[in-house]
Amino acid sequence: MTQKLAQRNYYGKALAKLAETNPNVIAMDADLAGSTKTSEFRKVAPERFVEVGIAEQNLIGIAAGLAASGKTVFASTFAVFASGRCWEQIRLALAYPKLNVKVVSTHCGISVGADGASHQALEDMAIMRALPNMVVISPADAYEAYAATLAIAEYDGPVYMRLGRADVPVLFPEDVKFEIGKAKVLRTGTDVTLIGTGQMVALCMEAADMLEKEGITADVIDMSTIKPLDTQAIVTSVSKTGCAVTAEEHSVIGGLGSAVSEFLSENMPCPVTRIGTRDTFGESGDPDELFKKYGLTAEDIREAAKRSIGMKE
Amino acid sequence: MKEYTPEQIKRKADELRLHVIEMTTAAGSGHPGGSLSSADLIASLYFSVMKHDPKNPQWEDRDRFVLSKGHVAPVLYAALAESGYFPVKDLVTLRKMGSKLQGHPVRGKVPGVEMSTGSLGQGLSMACGIALAGKMDKKDYYTYCLLGDGELQSGQNWEAAMFAVQYDLTHLIAFVDRNRLQIEGDTEKVMGLDSLTEKFLAFGWNVYEIDGHNIDHILGAVKVAKANKEGPSIIVMNTVKGKGVSFMENNAGFHGRACKPDEYEKAVKELKEALQ
Repeated sequence: MTQKLAQRNYYGKALAKLAETNPNVIAMDADLAGSTKTSEFRKVAPERFVEVGIAEQNLIGIAAGLAASGKTVFASTFAVFASGRCWEQIRLALAYPKLNVKVVSTHCGISVGADGASHQALEDMAIMRALPNMVVISPADAYEAYAATLAIAEYDGPVYMRLGRADVPVLFPEDVKFEIGKAKVLRTGTDVTLIGTGQMVALCMEAADMLEKEGITADVIDMSTIKPLDTQAIVTSVSKTGCAVTAEEHSVIGGLGSAVSEFLSENMPCPVTRIGTRDTFGESGDPDELFKKYGLTAEDIREAAKRSIGMKE
Repeated sequence: MKEYTPEQIKRKADELRLHVIEMTTAAGSGHPGGSLSSADLIASLYFSVMKHDPKNPQWEDRDRFVLSKGHVAPVLYAALAESGYFPVKDLVTLRKMGSKLQGHPVRGKVPGVEMSTGSLGQGLSMACGIALAGKMDKKDYYTYCLLGDGELQSGQNWEAAMFAVQYDLTHLIAFVDRNRLQIEGDTEKVMGLDSLTEKFLAFGWNVYEIDGHNIDHILGAVKVAKANKEGPSIIVMNTVKGKGVSFMENNAGFHGRACKPDEYEKAVKELKEALQ
């Protein structure tokens, strides 16, 4: 049985470590500290924890003012609110002046489950990726989320990082490293490149197992930074395999699939099939059933791989 | 720093007004109306109230100023130039390609500009963040923020208003340029704001209502606000949009357009007479 851990819990652990080791770090939340796990920071450094109440636009403005005064700020709430409610505040107050604020959202995607579409962020990477100066990160598992949290604390500039709510399969050892803009190749093959982000990386690995039984071998890439995109990793793999599949718990519009397709169509055109929600809102339900309904399973990735391979010249 | 008398500050304010007319006319666009209504406050801040060093814009103990109503950038740029942050001759590059003097203020581009603003309703939150950092670091600096009256129709201000009280930001002093006009006209017809004093009192602020063109009122209100030991303070300044140029006064048309050549001549003549 694969071990499963929630990314947000490891975000909380990393924040607690930062609370102890870096007196310059401030954590902020908008009435969801217990859910986003910024509460772990609050336990260690309550004097450097800033609660703003249910006021996300103000959250970003306060974060900007703190960052302009030399602080490294982590501001968290659910992904829908963190990216959507205050998008223009992030644009003007953080991205434009390149201020040192990390907007770390939890509860991304349809794996939120029962809360339904109002709480299932499927557009956040698209709208964050469109902002100049913004780094966009989506780790694959809990340990990578931990490492990414520590890594972005060292980076001077605005970052958006999305994390999930649920327990997701562990892919990496506890001491996994994270470097902004650097993808990880988890498995190598020759027929197709499976590029995943977030918990979809684990499903890409499952799909690669299934494909292997059919005599098809795949590269699997964990694209944990959506922007800046690790184009070198894509070139290296796709120049070998000649086709790709992207997989994200997000709309196929504007996120990983778009980023990869944009790069490939401009530089080395080849078949790409995108796995993601297809211009639709989610709904309430059990995450596994929702993944089936919205075409986000390992089987869907397997079929997409065959489609991409079939389209090769 | 040179000590300015109220009369000298008043004169500085008129010099800033003259710059505003010259800059916006040279640019062919911009927002002179609100720049003129807030000139007396801006002159009071930069030439008397604020502790700042144009030779060292990043001085960590400086007082901070956030221009929430970013469209009146011309009057801020004029004050920064007159203070010595950059040459006065640069002012006429306002809004031109390649100029540091963008249509709205940009942090990092202009020495002395603390935050990027221009999208209304965000500056008070930013000022709260700066004031909170000062409080956390046990600094004595003050954070000043100028709000337009129209922008108080935006909800984020009231989120920030709650925050400033919750975090007891005694070193935050905000001002409202209550000129009663916005693009579509009378603020009370577009979306009523009265009474701002009662609204901020209800939110728990120390509130003062003054004549925003009276330098003694401005300096006196700031002095009283700084003496407060509890809570943030806001000074509601009753002002006249376009103040100082007869045909621009109380004229919403000059919210967002520059003078035409004949208007320019007339405006400059009036302001130069005031400076005689």
